[in-house]
Amino acid sequence: MDLGALFGNFNNFLDFTVGGLVIGAIYALVALGYTMVYGVLQLINFAHSEVFMYGTFAVAWTFVLLHGTGDASWSLGRAVPILLVALVAAMLMSAAIALLVERFAYRPLINKNAPKLIALISAIGASFALAEAMGLRDRFAKWFGLDDNLANYVAPNKARDVYSNPVSIQPHGLFHIGGYSVTDVDLVVVVAALVMMFALDIFVRRTKFGRGIRAVAQDPEAAALMGVNSTRVVQVTFLVGGLMAGAAATLYMMKIGSTRQNAGFLLGVKAFTAAVMGGIGNLRGALLGGLLLGVMENWGSAVFGSEWKDVVAFVLLVLILLVRPSGLLGEALGKARA
Amino acid sequence: MTTTPTPPVSAPTNPLFRLGLWWDGVIDRYNALPRLYKVVLVLAFALFVYALPLVRPPLIATDRIDFGGVMFACAAYALIALGLNIVIGYAGLLDLGYIGFYAVGAYTTGVLTSYHWAWPFFLALPVAVAVTMLTGVILGAPTLRVRGDYLAIVTLGFGEIIRICVKNIEWLGASAGIKDINHPNTIGPAPKPPFDPGGLFAIPRLEWNGITPSLDHEHATHFLVFGARDAIPYYWLLLTALIVVLLGDRLVKASRVGRAWEATREDEDAAELMGVPTFKYKLMAFALGAAIGGLSGAFYASSQSGYISPDSFPLATSFLFVAAVIVGGSGNRWGAMVGGVLVAYLPERFRDFADYRLLVFGLALTVLAITRPEGLLPPRRTRRAKMMEAEIEQLEEGPVDA
Amino acid sequence: MPDTAKLLEVDDVTIRFGGLTALDSVTFDIREGEILGLIGPNGAGKTTCFNVMTGVYQATSGQVRFDGAPLAKLKRHKITKLGIARTFQNIRLFKSMTVLENVMVGADAHSKVGFWDALLRTPRHRHTEEESTTRAKELLKIVGITARHDELAANLSYGDQRRLEIARAMATGPKLLCLDEPAAGFNPAEKVKLMDLIRKVRDQGYTVLLIEHDMRLVMGVTDRIVVLEFGRKIAEGAPEEIRDNPAVIAAYLGVEEDEDAS
Ligand SMILES: Nc1ncnc2c1ncn2[C@@H]1O[C@H](COP(=O)(O)OP(=O)(O)O)[C@@H](O)[C@H]1O
Ligand SMILES: [Mg+2]
Repeated sequence: MDLGALFGNFNNFLDFTVGGLVIGAIYALVALGYTMVYGVLQLINFAHSEVFMYGTFAVAWTFVLLHGTGDASWSLGRAVPILLVALVAAMLMSAAIALLVERFAYRPLINKNAPKLIALISAIGASFALAEAMGLRDRFAKWFGLDDNLANYVAPNKARDVYSNPVSIQPHGLFHIGGYSVTDVDLVVVVAALVMMFALDIFVRRTKFGRGIRAVAQDPEAAALMGVNSTRVVQVTFLVGGLMAGAAATLYMMKIGSTRQNAGFLLGVKAFTAAVMGGIGNLRGALLGGLLLGVMENWGSAVFGSEWKDVVAFVLLVLILLVRPSGLLGEALGKARA
Repeated sequence: MTTTPTPPVSAPTNPLFRLGLWWDGVIDRYNALPRLYKVVLVLAFALFVYALPLVRPPLIATDRIDFGGVMFACAAYALIALGLNIVIGYAGLLDLGYIGFYAVGAYTTGVLTSYHWAWPFFLALPVAVAVTMLTGVILGAPTLRVRGDYLAIVTLGFGEIIRICVKNIEWLGASAGIKDINHPNTIGPAPKPPFDPGGLFAIPRLEWNGITPSLDHEHATHFLVFGARDAIPYYWLLLTALIVVLLGDRLVKASRVGRAWEATREDEDAAELMGVPTFKYKLMAFALGAAIGGLSGAFYASSQSGYISPDSFPLATSFLFVAAVIVGGSGNRWGAMVGGVLVAYLPERFRDFADYRLLVFGLALTVLAITRPEGLLPPRRTRRAKMMEAEIEQLEEGPVDA
Repeated sequence: MPDTAKLLEVDDVTIRFGGLTALDSVTFDIREGEILGLIGPNGAGKTTCFNVMTGVYQATSGQVRFDGAPLAKLKRHKITKLGIARTFQNIRLFKSMTVLENVMVGADAHSKVGFWDALLRTPRHRHTEEESTTRAKELLKIVGITARHDELAANLSYGDQRRLEIARAMATGPKLLCLDEPAAGFNPAEKVKLMDLIRKVRDQGYTVLLIEHDMRLVMGVTDRIVVLEFGRKIAEGAPEEIRDNPAVIAAYLGVEEDEDAS
C-alpha cells in the first residue's frame, strides 16, 4: 500500500482523478442501460454487457471496412469521419442486440409473470451465448465457407483473442490539470457522454415515451390502466439502453482501441456497480455513480497497485450494499413487502 | 352434482417430461421393495459406480484421455453441483461466483500441504472446509440482507476477486500456482519406483475388444496408492466424500431446515411472517454450499497432479456449475449431480464439444428458463402438479353437458 | 367481554407513503379472547394496519404494543414468535410445498431443532417432528381441509387455499390471529361456514382480529368493531352501535356509489 503515490503530490492526485473521470463517463453511459431496465422491470439485465461488447466490435469492423487492416495511427481530427460512421454502426448494433435480448430472453417470461430468478437466469444464459457466439464467429463463418472472405472480421483461429481497431487514435494534449494532460480524446469522451445523458434526461422527462417509462417504473398496474402499452415501453427502454451502450462502445474504442469477446463482462459488472452506487433506477445516479467509480478505482489502483483496480471496484460494491443499499441518490428499496 | 366422464389425461408429452415420469416410476417401484432388497440394490449400484473406472464400459469410457481422471473430474463436479444445489435449488440464492469457494478450498489445501507447511492432507482437509465456510459467512452476511438479485452480481465479483488475488499474491504462488501439494497418505506399502508399485493389492482393469472383455493386468490399480500414476484411488476417495455429503443432504433437506429453505425460496416475506428467520437460513445455505465447494476444491488440489494455478479457476466454469444445477432441475439433487457430471464429461468424451460448451449451456439456460422454468428433472412434486394441471385443463375444456 | 386485559394496543399510529397518509393517528386496542372486526371501504388502511402490527412497515409515528411491550424495531419473525400470526389478503402460500409442509413451516416457528439435530437425527428432532406433524394434521382437520396432505398447495381449490392460510397461521401458536379478508371470493354459504370456524377458533382460546369488507358478515361474529375510512378511525364499538352510526353508514354508502360508477 502506498498512500504517498496518491496523496504525496497534488499533481499526481489530480492526474488520477481526471483520468478516472474519463473512464467513469464511459461507465456511466453503460450504467444507464442497467438502471433504465431496472427502473421499468426491477430486473438486472445481465446481457447488457454483451450489448456493449457487440458495439465495440461494430466500431472496429467499421474501421476495417472503411480503412482496411493496415495498422495506422491517426489524429482524432483525421479519424472523425469514420468515427461518426462507427458511432452509428455501434448504436445500431447495440440497439439490435438489446432488442433481441428483450424479445427472446425477457418478453416470454414477463408475459408469464415468471419469478425474477428465472428472468435473471434467462438473461445470464443470453449473455454467455452472445459472448461465446462472438468468440466462435470464425467457426460460424467456416460453416458457411466465408472464413476466407471475412477473415479480417472473424479473425480465424483468433476469434477469442484481443481484436484491435486497425486505426489507433493518437490523443493530442490540449491543456494540463495538475499532472494530467487533458487530451482531445478525453474531452470528446466526457463531453459526448454528458451530452448523451442530457439528451436522455430530456427524453425521459419531456416525451410521451419518457412519461410512459416513468409511469411503468412507478406503478405498472396503474400505468396499464391508464392505457400505457407496457410491452412497448419495455421495448423502448431496451432500445434506448442499447443506443447508449453503443455510444459508450464508440467512446471506449476511441480511448482503449481494442476489444475482445469477453470485454463486456468486466465493464458490465463495473457499470452495474456504478448504477447501484448512484441508486439503481435513477438516471442522474448512474452518472454520479459512473464518475465516482471511475475516480475511486483510479485512486485505489494508485494506492494498492494497478493489478488491484478491479478488486477495488468490487469491494466498493459490497461496501455500498452494506452501508447504503439504495445508493447515493436512490430511495429506500424494498418498501413494499407484503 | 353430475359427474362428467373423465377424458383421458394428456400429460405434457415432451420426452424430458416423460423421462421424469419414467424416473418417478423407477423410484416408486424401488420404494415398494422390502427393506432388504433396497439395501442390496443400493449397495450394488454404489459398487458399480465405484468400479466404473475399472470396468471401462465401451462407448462410455474415453480412450484418448485417462478415464480414471475423467471420472475423478465427474465426481468433483457432481460434488460441486450438490453443494450449489443447496444454495440455488433449496434456498433460491443465485450464487454466480461459486468457483471462488472451490478455489479457496483448493488454495487453503495447497498452502497448508505444500512448501509453506507440509501438513498431511487429512489434517488440511477440515481446515480447508472451515476456511471456505468462514469465507462464505463473511461474504454472505452483508450481501444476503440485500435484494436477491444483487447477490448474483456480488458473488460474481467475489469469484473474480479470488482469481485476481491468487494471481497477484506471491505467497499464493502468483501466476505460477502451487506445486507438489501433498497427496493423501498411501494405505499399504509405499510405492518404490521404478519397479514396486506398492499398495496392499492390485486390481486389474477390463480391456474391451468389441464387446468381449479381458483382464488387463498391466494397467492395474494398486490399492490404495495415492501417487501421480493412477487417478482411480482419488476417484474412490472423492466418491466416498460425495456419498457422505449426499446422505447428509438428504437428512437435512427432510427436516425443518429444508422446509425453512424452501419456504424462504418460495416467498421470503411470507416465510419471515410465519416465523422463519430467513436471514439465518439463507446464511446457513450459503455457508454450507461454500463448505461443500471448498471440500471439492481440497480434493481437487491434492489429486493426481498435485498442482493448482489461477487458470484452474476460470469464472466461466462457475457459470457452468450454475447451468449444471439449473439444467439438472433446481432443487433435485440427482438432477443436479447428473448436470455436474455432464458438464465434466461431455467435453472430455466429445472433444469437439469443448469449444462450444459455453455457447450450448448458455443457450440451454435461456431456452430452459423460457420454456421450462422448473428444469429438466424437477422435483417430482412439481411434475405431479403439472399432471394435475393438465388433467384440470382437460376437464374444463371437455364438453359441459351436465 | 370488554374487561379482559389488553393484548395489543395500537397507539396513535400514523404511517405515510410519500404524500399519502395511509394511517392517520389511529388508536384502538384488542383485548384477550375477543373477536375484533376491522372494517372499512377499500383502501381505508386495514391491510396497512396489519402490516404495521406484524413489522412489515414501520410506523411514521406512534407505537404498537403487544402484551404491554412495544414492537417497534423487532424483526418480523420475532414478532411472530411473540404470538401474532396473520393471513394475507392476496393468498401467499408456499406453492410448491405440500399442504402438510405449509402448516409445518408455521409449526416450526417455536421448534428448537437446528442443523445438527437434523443431520444427526437426534431424539429432539424426532419428537419435534412427530409433535408438529400431529399438530398440523389436527389444524388441517379444524379448518376443514379434506384434500390429500401431500398435495401441492398450488393445486388446492381457492377456498381450501384460504383455509390453509388460516391453518398455517394457527400453527405458529399465536395469541392473536389476524385474518385479512379471509372470506374474500367466497359464496354466502361458504362465508357462513367460515364465520363458524372463526368462532370455533376463538373458543379454543385465540384472540382474533378480523378484517372484512362485508359489513353484514362482521356483525354476526365480532364482539367489537373498529371502522377505518381514509386512514382515520371513524367509529368503534359493539356491532349494534356501529350499524346505527351515521358516519359509518355514510362511508359505506359513499363506497357503494363509487362501485356503481366504475
Ligand atoms: N407500500 C405502499 N406504498 C404506497 N402506498 C401504499 C403502500 N401500502 C399501502 N398503500 C396505500 O395505503 C392505502 C391503504 O391501503 P390498504 O391498507 O391496503 O387498504 P385496505 O386494506 O383497507 O383496502 C391505499 O391507498 C394504498 O394504496
Ligand atoms: Mg386490504
